[in-house]
Amino acid sequence: MSAPDATPELLAAVTPAEKRPAQWIVTIREAWRMGRTKAGVIIFVAIVALALLGPLFAPDSPTSFVGAPFAGPSAKAWLGTDYIGHDVLSRVLWGGRTVIGLALAATVIGLLLGVGLGMISGYARRWVDETVMRILDIVLAFPSIVLALLFVSIVGPKLWLIVLMVGISHAPRIARVTRAATVEIAQRDFIKSAEALGVARRKILAFEILPNITSPLLVEFGLRLTYSIGLIAGLSFLGFGLQQPAADWGLMINENRIGITVQPWPVAVPVILIGILTIGTNLVADGLGRALIGIERDTGGT
Amino acid sequence: MPPLLKLILIRLGLGILTLWLVSVVVFAATQALPGDPARAILGKEAANKAEYLALRKQLHLDRPLYKQYFTWLGGVAQGNLGDSIAQQGTPVTSLLKDRVVDSAVLVLFAALISIPLSILIGALSAVWRDSRFDTTVNLGNLSLAALPEFVIGIVLVLLFAISVFHWLPAVSRVDPSISVFSQLKLLVLPAITLSLAVIPYVSRMLRASTIEVLESEYVMMARLKGLSGNVVLWRHALPNAIVPTLQVIALNLAWLAGGIVTVEYVFGFPGIGSGLVDAVANRDMPVVQALCLLIAAVYVGLNLIADIATILISPRLRTGLR
Repeated sequence: MSAPDATPELLAAVTPAEKRPAQWIVTIREAWRMGRTKAGVIIFVAIVALALLGPLFAPDSPTSFVGAPFAGPSAKAWLGTDYIGHDVLSRVLWGGRTVIGLALAATVIGLLLGVGLGMISGYARRWVDETVMRILDIVLAFPSIVLALLFVSIVGPKLWLIVLMVGISHAPRIARVTRAATVEIAQRDFIKSAEALGVARRKILAFEILPNITSPLLVEFGLRLTYSIGLIAGLSFLGFGLQQPAADWGLMINENRIGITVQPWPVAVPVILIGILTIGTNLVADGLGRALIGIERDTGGT
Repeated sequence: MPPLLKLILIRLGLGILTLWLVSVVVFAATQALPGDPARAILGKEAANKAEYLALRKQLHLDRPLYKQYFTWLGGVAQGNLGDSIAQQGTPVTSLLKDRVVDSAVLVLFAALISIPLSILIGALSAVWRDSRFDTTVNLGNLSLAALPEFVIGIVLVLLFAISVFHWLPAVSRVDPSISVFSQLKLLVLPAITLSLAVIPYVSRMLRASTIEVLESEYVMMARLKGLSGNVVLWRHALPNAIVPTLQVIALNLAWLAGGIVTVEYVFGFPGIGSGLVDAVANRDMPVVQALCLLIAAVYVGLNLIADIATILISPRLRTGLR
């Protein structure tokens, strides 16, 4: 294909894109029409607000002792006390930041790794593709939590390690989605035109391909965030995340489960909050996924 | 060579390659440990240089890394996984034997509950598509798929073992002296937890494939022949709808290998999951190595079986190759 042939096509591909809103914005708009997306967003915002603003309303410090261990709810401590006499309500209000913050960080790491590897793999094809996919198969051979535990057993229960391992364990699946989307886009005429015009490959990846795969990535982000919350909270629950005396929902479940028959609240409240949060993020991810399928069906894959 | 056989051999080769790379990762990971196992075993007694060097020799730590790897891999192939550090040199194999059996029984039990139930739920929500039943199942699946397994487990404990009902034991400490089969009551809550975590994925997949089959021409033909809706569904549509679901079923069984980690810990169930948590907490590297390798092998193996079964069963793939 010669350059003069390609130019009108390139123009045709670029010009409308400047007028049209970005792909991911269209998907969000479409998703917002669904009740489940709204419900998910409301749940997510409510729990995040509780986690961020909770400390302002906590009646006590999360590490001060307010009564006997495993005391039931009273006027002084609405949700009772935990295994060493901390106020449960205060610890609940303080303990959401870490779960949400670490889960977001892990998801971002997973997305950066997965998108990077997936785009390179899908655009370069041939041996680069094969090599990257084989390496990711190794990561995929370990269930996420087992991969994290393997490295925790070596380095010790460090927070950065847990975030990194959860991120790495997400990378293969995100890379597969990215790769599939990239392969599809790379066959389009406007990419061929850009190649014919001699645009640098990394520029093609960053400015031509990436803007056209943002919708599936948005769906992936929602899904992976849901799993990140479960994994981060789960690792804290196993005793390998936040360490005492930190206030953290996962850690609270671990600390207080021996007293679950006497004083269920320090276990029940964090469990329910983690559960509701994951349901919220998954509802949003599902809404986005349905919006994406709907848009693809309507426009025949554009 | 027939193309079908070639396809299967390629899959098999890739599976073995992945497993081998996994073994390298597991081995290399433990080599990155600051300090060495000999020091870890001796603890503060490592002050005695001669004793330390003797132990290093005994553990083959004085040899080059690649030789150590092949010695280790050779041992693994012969079922010798080394000795536990935390349990004063007990062979890992004898330490894990009971745990492997207990976990296998648990996963089997969970599969026996979840697979028929998912098929039923999936088929019914396909037949009653967009009904209230379908919508409820969809939202239920969406919520269950979101929940971390330990959350499902603890909620079940709170409901069934503590507050609302007092039916089932909250802690599943299986008595190791009696067979796990005589203590099935202890398996109920962990198995239900695992089932609830798996059902969403399998039933969703089955719903989608059943809908596709129900719209196909041969199902239309069966209907036009005057067969009843039930016969069409269970005899004609479902067997074909299950084929694409096989892969999802196998993937989920494989996933259970990871799911048991937190679930066994919730219930104190003495399987390989809680064994892994204990070993990580004690930094008992030979046990961690063995369990990670085992879980990865199960995972890769089940995926391989699913792929090969799909190749063999699906007529489209079979004929497409000829």
